[in-house]
Amino acid sequence: MARTVQAEPSRPQPAAGRYNAQAVRREERLVTAAVYTFLVLVSLPLAVGYGWLLLNSFSTELAHGVWPSGFTTRHWRFLFEPPSPYYPDLWRTTWNTLWLAVGMTITMVAVSTPTAYVLSRMKFRGRNAFLALTLVLHAFPGITLLIATYYVLRWLGLLNSIPGVFLVKAALMLPLGIWVMKGFYDGISWDVEMSALVDGASRIQTWYKVMLPQVLPGIASISIFSFIYGWSEYIYVITFIQDKNAWTLSSYINAIVGDFRFLDYGLLSATALFYIAPVLLFFIFTQKYLMRVTIGGTKGGS
Amino acid sequence: MSRSQKVALFVLFLPALIITVVFYVIPAVLTAAMSFTDMDFRLRWNFVGFATFARMFEDFLLPRILQNTIVYTFLTLAFFNVGLAVLLALVTSYVPERVGRVFQALWLLPRFTPPIVYGIIWMWILDPTRAGLLNGLLALTGARPVNWMTDYPMATIVVTNGIIGASFGMVIFYSAIKSIPRDYQWAALADGATWPQQVRYITLPLIRWPLLFVTAYQTLSLLTSYEYILIITGGGPYFATTVWSLYAYNMAFGGYFANYEFGYGAALSIVLVILGTVASIVYWRVFRFREMMAEPKIEVM
Repeated sequence: MARTVQAEPSRPQPAAGRYNAQAVRREERLVTAAVYTFLVLVSLPLAVGYGWLLLNSFSTELAHGVWPSGFTTRHWRFLFEPPSPYYPDLWRTTWNTLWLAVGMTITMVAVSTPTAYVLSRMKFRGRNAFLALTLVLHAFPGITLLIATYYVLRWLGLLNSIPGVFLVKAALMLPLGIWVMKGFYDGISWDVEMSALVDGASRIQTWYKVMLPQVLPGIASISIFSFIYGWSEYIYVITFIQDKNAWTLSSYINAIVGDFRFLDYGLLSATALFYIAPVLLFFIFTQKYLMRVTIGGTKGGS
Repeated sequence: MSRSQKVALFVLFLPALIITVVFYVIPAVLTAAMSFTDMDFRLRWNFVGFATFARMFEDFLLPRILQNTIVYTFLTLAFFNVGLAVLLALVTSYVPERVGRVFQALWLLPRFTPPIVYGIIWMWILDPTRAGLLNGLLALTGARPVNWMTDYPMATIVVTNGIIGASFGMVIFYSAIKSIPRDYQWAALADGATWPQQVRYITLPLIRWPLLFVTAYQTLSLLTSYEYILIITGGGPYFATTVWSLYAYNMAFGGYFANYEFGYGAALSIVLVILGTVASIVYWRVFRFREMMAEPKIEVM
């Protein structure tokens, strides 16, 4: 919608005499109260759920499932000794998780940034075919391809390895990354690029020196998404990694759920909090950014 | 195209092509091929024609699984991914922007939470003993603890998935609502319309397209989403919460009985893909997606 943004007209006063202005205002207040009540009530379970992770991991007991009584750090012993001898080293596991997140981010950025440039700016045979391919593949959700992906990874010798997981995951997220980046390139005017080309820069130089600095916000948003999704990955890790040396925190906590569910919610909540803490920090600090990307270019109502 | 341009094209494009082909196209083709074999843990290619598909008609569990899938998809979509999503978008756009943003962030959080952590939160909320949230609160009234997951299995998976799913629609509807010209609202106000009336006669009709888009898109997402079901109920009790995609997964990798049934699992996946493709085509035609795609919807996740 190509609307010119104008100064907002001042709020019109309701026409006098047609109805009682006071009644309208009262009704407005009522609606506002109802809206806030709804919003708070419906969001409460979420806040309670996440709050519980924190409370429970430091409490000796929760009366009625919610009320903490007594402070303790014993649920956090897992930081120094494994919950049982069968568990791999926690720090190694954390390191693997970080490697998965970083590997995923690097792959996504390194692959989608140049590809999107090519798709946005160059005309070649197969361009439309590739764009169509990414859409067709959308009909094959990655999660239904697990069996065949397992076969491919085994064949490549990438089972039980972190790169195996992040390559697969990146391949599945790639269409999204490419489309998002393409949107950012599409928004840059041709003139800048043309002048660089006219000055004798090669296509790759132009991309690297002129275009790349202008799509940094796009790169940032893709990095944030890739990092969080890589860090949090569950299903591919559980399916493709059995070797304890390559476990991530998802496998680790999955095993704890298997061994201690119903028995030790303290341990469960402490490990869960340990896992989610980096995401939470990341989420809080980049939230503005994430929202801007998710909500897209529709800010300001145009 | 000049030589240097060709080189540039090659260098810049190759990584994406390799990754997509190796980890996406080949698995897609292999899944199709595997569905005609009786492959098991030995990973042998023994082609058996349509035997795996014939087996579906004899699989006495499959009608139940199909029913679960339909019920689960419909309920989650109606109550959460579209229903709650619209409500959240309406109320977060009604309150001041800063307040709205805080609540939206809270609702987006589950989407970025590691699935296993999200699962643990629900295991606690629905715990069958008084250690859990619901039963702990119930105990205050003197009632006996309820085993939520086994007594209300379908509700469990609908609610747990719906709370994650709602944020997608919320974000899209929110931006759609925010892009409605304010003049309409002022005009309605001047005519003395109340907020519910504005919602009914202005907002909802104007976000019709996003509503259809989210409905279509989320139907497909729900058909293939089983990660949270796998974590929270594992598909049980018995097969009460096993949906089609989870059944295919368990057939190959997990589950209750014979594992590593790769051939049959792949055939089940293919049926799902075909269903999804048909649904996409229908949606494409019926909702005239192409017209919507003309708008830069790409930036909207």
